[in-house]
Amino acid sequence: MKVTKIPFMAMRKVVALFSITLILISIASLATKGIKFGLDFTGGTLIEVSYQQAPKLDEVRGLLDKGGYSDVVVQNFGSPTDIVVRMANKYTPELGGEVLTTLEDGGRVAVSLKRSEFVGAQVGQELREQGGLGMLLALLIVMIYVAIRFQFKFSVASVVALVHDVTITLGFFSLFGYEFDLTVLAAILALIGYSLNDTIVVCDRIRENFRILRDIKPYDLINLSINQTLGRTIITSLTTLFSLVVLFFYGGESIHNFSLALLFGIIIGTYSSIFVAANLLLTMNVTREDLIPTPKEKLEDEMP
Amino acid sequence: MLNKYPLWKYLLILLVLALGVIYAVPNLYPDDPALQISTQRATTVVDEAALDKAKKALSDAHINLKKAELTSAGGTLRFNNGEDQLAAKPVVSAALGDGYVTALNLVPTTPHWLASIGAGPAKLGLDLRGGVHFLLQVDMPAALKQKLEIASSEMKADLRKELIRYRSVSINDGVLSIRFLQKADQTTAQSLLKDKFDQYVYTEREANGSYYIDATYTEAARKAIESYAIQQNLTTLRNRVNELGVAEPLVQRQGSNRIVVELPGVQDTAAAKRIIGATANLEFHLEAGLDAKGSDVETLAFRNGSGRTARLDRDIIVTGDNVSDASSSFDQNGNAQVNISLDSAGGKKMARVTRAAVGRNMAVVFIEHKSRNIFVEKDGKKVPVRKSYSTKSIISLATIQTTLGNSFRITGLDSPRESSELALLLRAGALAAPIYFVEERTIGPSLGAENIHLGIVSAEIGLLVVMLFMFAYYRLFGLFANVSLALNVVLLLACMSILGATLTLPGIAGIVLTMGMAVDANVLIFSRIKEELATGMPSHQAIHSGFNRAFTTIIDANITTLLVAIILFAVGTGSVKGFAVTLSLGILTSMFTAIVVTRAQVNLVYGGRANKKLYI
Repeated sequence: MKVTKIPFMAMRKVVALFSITLILISIASLATKGIKFGLDFTGGTLIEVSYQQAPKLDEVRGLLDKGGYSDVVVQNFGSPTDIVVRMANKYTPELGGEVLTTLEDGGRVAVSLKRSEFVGAQVGQELREQGGLGMLLALLIVMIYVAIRFQFKFSVASVVALVHDVTITLGFFSLFGYEFDLTVLAAILALIGYSLNDTIVVCDRIRENFRILRDIKPYDLINLSINQTLGRTIITSLTTLFSLVVLFFYGGESIHNFSLALLFGIIIGTYSSIFVAANLLLTMNVTREDLIPTPKEKLEDEMP
Repeated sequence: MLNKYPLWKYLLILLVLALGVIYAVPNLYPDDPALQISTQRATTVVDEAALDKAKKALSDAHINLKKAELTSAGGTLRFNNGEDQLAAKPVVSAALGDGYVTALNLVPTTPHWLASIGAGPAKLGLDLRGGVHFLLQVDMPAALKQKLEIASSEMKADLRKELIRYRSVSINDGVLSIRFLQKADQTTAQSLLKDKFDQYVYTEREANGSYYIDATYTEAARKAIESYAIQQNLTTLRNRVNELGVAEPLVQRQGSNRIVVELPGVQDTAAAKRIIGATANLEFHLEAGLDAKGSDVETLAFRNGSGRTARLDRDIIVTGDNVSDASSSFDQNGNAQVNISLDSAGGKKMARVTRAAVGRNMAVVFIEHKSRNIFVEKDGKKVPVRKSYSTKSIISLATIQTTLGNSFRITGLDSPRESSELALLLRAGALAAPIYFVEERTIGPSLGAENIHLGIVSAEIGLLVVMLFMFAYYRLFGLFANVSLALNVVLLLACMSILGATLTLPGIAGIVLTMGMAVDANVLIFSRIKEELATGMPSHQAIHSGFNRAFTTIIDANITTLLVAIILFAVGTGSVKGFAVTLSLGILTSMFTAIVVTRAQVNLVYGGRANKKLYI
């Protein structure tokens, strides 16, 4: 295999501009539109039912209205014969059964309950806090691990790259109004793991090259390292994307947004591990001395 | 030699893989839909006779039975499909009658020799097999209030006995306040209370010309009450769930004041919720005499809605907590009744009180603790605040004909359903503190089956696509990676089965995702080998250094992902936890297969031969 010679670092200004633009758009969207949280995080009631024949949503809404349920959202879910009914936080243990009876319209239509979910407002809020905390904790632990295994500059670079990926993925969900539920949170955390994996591989090569190559400027060395790992980065991303495309199309409605978040996130993550982390390393003036301590320092390191 | 493993290493790999296959194989045998028969009482056992009765009822109803067997837990009736199973449940429970519990279950069909070494299929989560998940919150303020109410009557009795005059006692927000008119009464009362009731912190206060003693629980006492309340509720909920007849239920504490209840395969969720959430209890009171003091009497309405009321003594003879057994039946007029047996303490109390009260009326009072949300304005927003309240009503009021002992019966219930549910609740015990539902998820059986199907299809297609790509790109080495990948899935399944981890739909998604990521280690190694070959290194050296130099990268990359997966496990709930489990197990197994198993294959094919062209 030929090692490519793409001048990645020559594009760094353009790329930085591109990334900053994406992040600004994401933040703007998150600030103005916010995220459309799913039931897990907002609390509320959701009922999924299945019809024999595709129902008219307007008629379903009419029925529910007549049954005294106001503030109801009715949507198709996955297939035309399946619908979900969402309600604000108004709950009694019998609600699922009652709605089903209303939808059956006095036995005129055959409806079967596929699932019903109720999440209390307090639980929703706790899950949201816990999720945010989990994300921060993940970033923190990653930062510490990379700082120990590599060096502080690498840890800053990889965490900034991760924040970059997470922000843009969240922005994508906010901008297009996709629903953000617990599975999407799982996807974002998995994305942190994946994207980090990619970044580590590049950083690892940079560290190795600093050790074995002598007369080379950091600028060229980083460029070389990215080119050397490019084949692997692309192939791994492709195999992962293949699995995700399969999940997206065949995994069913309930993990649709999960696969979407990962699909988008992995494309961004691949981009960021090629461009963002390395770019930052160069900006922070990474040198050979950062990675290979002088013998004197090493002695000090080994002191108890 | 550079690329040769010693024999023991090959054998070790073979052993691990063989174990993996053995423990993964049970997942290929589909579960049988089954009915589980058990008993709740020591006096009845599930025996051959009971099974024969069930078998006969099934053949009368033309339902095909696959197999009936006796197990240590009771009897199991296996069916060929879910429809037969559903149709059989009412038939079997009618045939066996009271005393037996029939539950829907999925029973593994793992062959004997596999089961005997502890192999079995991975457990399926609720989203794959259908069922209900409840998250219940124990209402701690209400639990404390109940305790304070009991304490207040004890304190009042003591103050009266010592002739200390108090005006009133009130309970507000966990504070018990006693009002006195005289400063001297307050002082003597305080020293008395401090002596006798040491679980409280007492503060004195003066307002509007009255003197108050405020008592609150000490931190330690409050903690003890809370932990007792949650433990007691766990026990009660377990009993109730067992009475419901659910196979493999889960009742578990979550956090400081929540309880998770998972009931796989439950269809009638309304009944399950009614029974789990029920806070009903019974109290037995005497009807108040005509000369009774107003403050010792409470007036309650009858439960049947007739508008009739009765004046009852506030003193409780016994409560439902003293019931040791209860069953429902019908009296000679066909009305529903509950037969009650009291434990010895309850029996003694009942006998003592009723002996002196023959000819008077005794009331059975039904109590329910409920809660509702009321909306309160706060910072310009309406926020729901939970308010608990209890309702009391009289089930029956009957003349005491003779001294009552340990067992008697009560009538006056509306329907057989009510009487059988009341009997169940009395058997299972009352909740120590009210609970309410904060989360509930019901997954219908059809959705579960659909999710399994979707999961399997996407896993198969995912595996195929990744394998084709790897073969197309890396040819022979791609085949090595594919063998490792397939073994990775086998090992992952085996680990899940051995650890008893629960497989969920996001869990399957995790498996599919790890397939994509698991080849990463091999991609890293192969890229390295290609690079080394490009520098003109002989093939043996290239293989050797490719594996070696990729090793640290693989470790670093995988450990960080593993750390994130562990965090995901810690913050996630339910199905997301399932994803974290498959993701982290997948990382571990894939490191083994991608590094060791792939290397073994490469060594087997290339090791010991002269340098030759690599098909990579």
